[in-house]
Amino acid sequence: MTQSKQTKTQATRPAPKLWKFHGGVHLPDEKALSNQTGVAAAVLPKRLVIPLSQHIGAPARPCVQVGDHVFKGQMIGEPQGYVSAPVHASSSGTVVAIEPHAMPHPSGLPAPAIIIETDGQDTWAPDLPEPVADFHQLDADALRARIRLAGAVGLGGASFPTSVKLNPGKDQPIDTLVLNGVECEPYITCDDLLMRDRAADIITGARIILHLLGAERCLIGIEDNKPEAIAAMRQAVAEQQAQTQARIEVLAIPTLYPSGGEKQLIRILTGQEVPSHGIPAQIGIVCQNVGTVAAITDAVLRGHPLVERYVTVTGRGIARPGNFRVRVGTLASELIAASGGYSGELAKLIAGGPMMGVNLQSDRVPITKATNCILALTPAESPDPGPAMPCIRCGQCAQACPANLLPQQMYWHARAKDLDKVQDYNLFDCIECGCCAHVCPAHIPLVQYYRFAKNESWAREREKQASERAKQRHEAREARLERQERERKAKLRKKKEAITPKTKTVPGKSAAVGGAGQSGGSVPPTAPESAQQSTERTAAKPRTETAGSET
Amino acid sequence: MAGSLTSSPHSARPYRVDQVMLQVCLALIPGTIAMVWFFGWGVIINMALASVFALGAEALMVKARGRPALPAIRDLSALVTALLFAITVPPTLPWWLTLLGILFAIVIVKQLYGGIGYNPFNPAMAGYVFLLISYPVATTTWLPADVPALLEAKDLVHLSFVDSARLIFTGALPPELSWDAVSAATPLDDMRTRLDSNVLMAEIRQSPLWGFVGGQGWEWVALGFLLGGLYLMFIRVISWHIPVSLLASLAVLAGLFWLFDPNHFPAPWFHLFSGGAMLGAFFIATDPVSAATTKRGQLVFGALIGVVVFVIRTWGGYPDAVAFGVLLLNIAAPTIDHYTQPRVFGHGRRT
Repeated sequence: MTQSKQTKTQATRPAPKLWKFHGGVHLPDEKALSNQTGVAAAVLPKRLVIPLSQHIGAPARPCVQVGDHVFKGQMIGEPQGYVSAPVHASSSGTVVAIEPHAMPHPSGLPAPAIIIETDGQDTWAPDLPEPVADFHQLDADALRARIRLAGAVGLGGASFPTSVKLNPGKDQPIDTLVLNGVECEPYITCDDLLMRDRAADIITGARIILHLLGAERCLIGIEDNKPEAIAAMRQAVAEQQAQTQARIEVLAIPTLYPSGGEKQLIRILTGQEVPSHGIPAQIGIVCQNVGTVAAITDAVLRGHPLVERYVTVTGRGIARPGNFRVRVGTLASELIAASGGYSGELAKLIAGGPMMGVNLQSDRVPITKATNCILALTPAESPDPGPAMPCIRCGQCAQACPANLLPQQMYWHARAKDLDKVQDYNLFDCIECGCCAHVCPAHIPLVQYYRFAKNESWAREREKQASERAKQRHEAREARLERQERERKAKLRKKKEAITPKTKTVPGKSAAVGGAGQSGGSVPPTAPESAQQSTERTAAKPRTETAGSET
Repeated sequence: MAGSLTSSPHSARPYRVDQVMLQVCLALIPGTIAMVWFFGWGVIINMALASVFALGAEALMVKARGRPALPAIRDLSALVTALLFAITVPPTLPWWLTLLGILFAIVIVKQLYGGIGYNPFNPAMAGYVFLLISYPVATTTWLPADVPALLEAKDLVHLSFVDSARLIFTGALPPELSWDAVSAATPLDDMRTRLDSNVLMAEIRQSPLWGFVGGQGWEWVALGFLLGGLYLMFIRVISWHIPVSLLASLAVLAGLFWLFDPNHFPAPWFHLFSGGAMLGAFFIATDPVSAATTKRGQLVFGALIGVVVFVIRTWGGYPDAVAFGVLLLNIAAPTIDHYTQPRVFGHGRRT
């Protein structure tokens, strides 16, 4: 499996040892569209639409009101809960609305956002955290707190709160930090440009994380189609190597989609596999996107929260493709206008890459912390696949699957809504990378079927839990009714008891009453029996009375 | 600004079903040329007939099922079935038997199971075996290879295009010829018959039916299909697993018996280059719809076909072992798949 044996030809550095994962696809390289020019600072928009949910976890809660003046970097949404992140104003101005707005989300549903009318001053908030000259002075908790306060989330697309990821727990020692500079989706070049521009900040950020986690080494994976980024990063490592004991290594990896998947990259760089349904921390690894790491440097060294990111605007449907440093909350339409607008016929507008990106209904959606690319594809670039043909079981999908799944079997069972069977085929190991659908000669939208099956499975799980709760409620109610019935009867008996003492002197009558009460009087009970029963009842009297009064 | 809303991926797809099928048709060319060279124009006539019948049957059936006929024809899968069927049957097969075989293949084996992608059996082989069982004589009457040695030794005559067409359409031989004069056993058949009557391999090898490594003429046909198959592997329409495991298991098994007793068992290369081994390994067993789909499953699937082929050729009652081997393992394919699922990423280590 190893690509090259660990031959120590160079005295300084052993030849990088890389592993392979199963499958993957070679995609046409479209990076040259947007990586030729540098990064431009995006215009300061008149309005910023800052979503309250820009991360996995609970959405932030607004902590400003309409009419408030806010500064750049001021927290305007507080995190709710541990797995959550604050959001900040990305420029100074006035909050004009807090309302639902269209989002770059597959559902196409609007989500709450804070809308700021900018004042053009772009003034930083006066109360930002103090810059820290030497991050070694801060301990892990203090660093995590700063990173959390800065609203750092994974900028690779998953947007998991970074401080949570950097807190694997005491029983989970981390030895390796993996930096993801792979950017394996075609077209997207923002991380490439970021690594060229801010290599020093990225390496500093890596050192901060190494210090925070107490990890020994940092492996930085970059696909070999980004030679300039690799060179810049290697140089930054060389400049900073003296300041750290940890081994920091930049590894050029072969260009193959989806090498940028966290689990795939860890496999390539370390040979280890993240367990199914597990996280990298379980094998002593933490993986961060290079953009996230640069944001950590901003947060720790400069006290700046995450208010801007690099975004690629590209595709042949864009007049002048390129990269921008963009304030979070800028509408995609502004970036497209800054790129010379649309050119030619537009087939699709996508947030993200062509393989995993989200199809946008409108360009009036904000750039969020997770938006790495706005992609306008022409019909030639994204031809209508036409109606799906029947699966001919050619197995191309299984050959392409990086998780080594059997996509066609999963498809059959997903189509038949046989959810148990799809899960038997490890549906939840699917990373939805789209390789299977990409190579399918029948043009079946395979990933769509897996998303459907996942959603159905979750829905069924929820339903099962709901029905379990309903069942418990029902059983509790039955038990209560039964108890009440028992108590009612007991009360009745108690009343009868209250009557019986008067007739106690007449045994025959007492027996008759007891018998009627017991079994309709078909078999009159014998006197001693009835006497016993009546004593029992008398004995039970106070107990039932108290029980009765309680209810 | 508005685009169509679809699920990712949004990329252009590199393959289409019809392109895959077309590649298979193209890959058949070298073998077909060799067949025409050695066995006459009947091969081409059969191919044309089978194609017309197959496309017609496909269109009618798809229409009858209430679906548009054109897309079904355009996927070219019926054409592939027709061509493989035509290559498998003798070049002089009467037209109505071709029709019958194709109808069985397309209507019953393919469309009644739900059309492309749903048939559990390889349609071409099912059609062929149907004829083989129902009309054993007509289906096993082959022309001898058109090589001087054979023609002289056996006093045989080769058929012209017109003769072939007349034979196929009317069943009439040219007046001066008899069936004995145009037909010959296939090398495999010939070997079996003679081995059964205790003739030693060394003697059988002297027969003019035998060429360099396989049957006279047949070895070139096999070489043609091998070339086409390698092409398909090269452009990744098929993977190496089924052909390699099939040929390897057949060769290994034949080799063991040959080493043990070369007088009564033919050499492994004879097995590979006579009859349908190459065509079967690269074009028929690899039919994705009816074959095993996991990679390890394909190795098992191919190897077991090799075993069945060797067993039927050596001890069985039918001359065409490949068709039976493929069909038998088609039945087993789902089970093989079930037991050969790959280790999913992150699910424990294999080593």
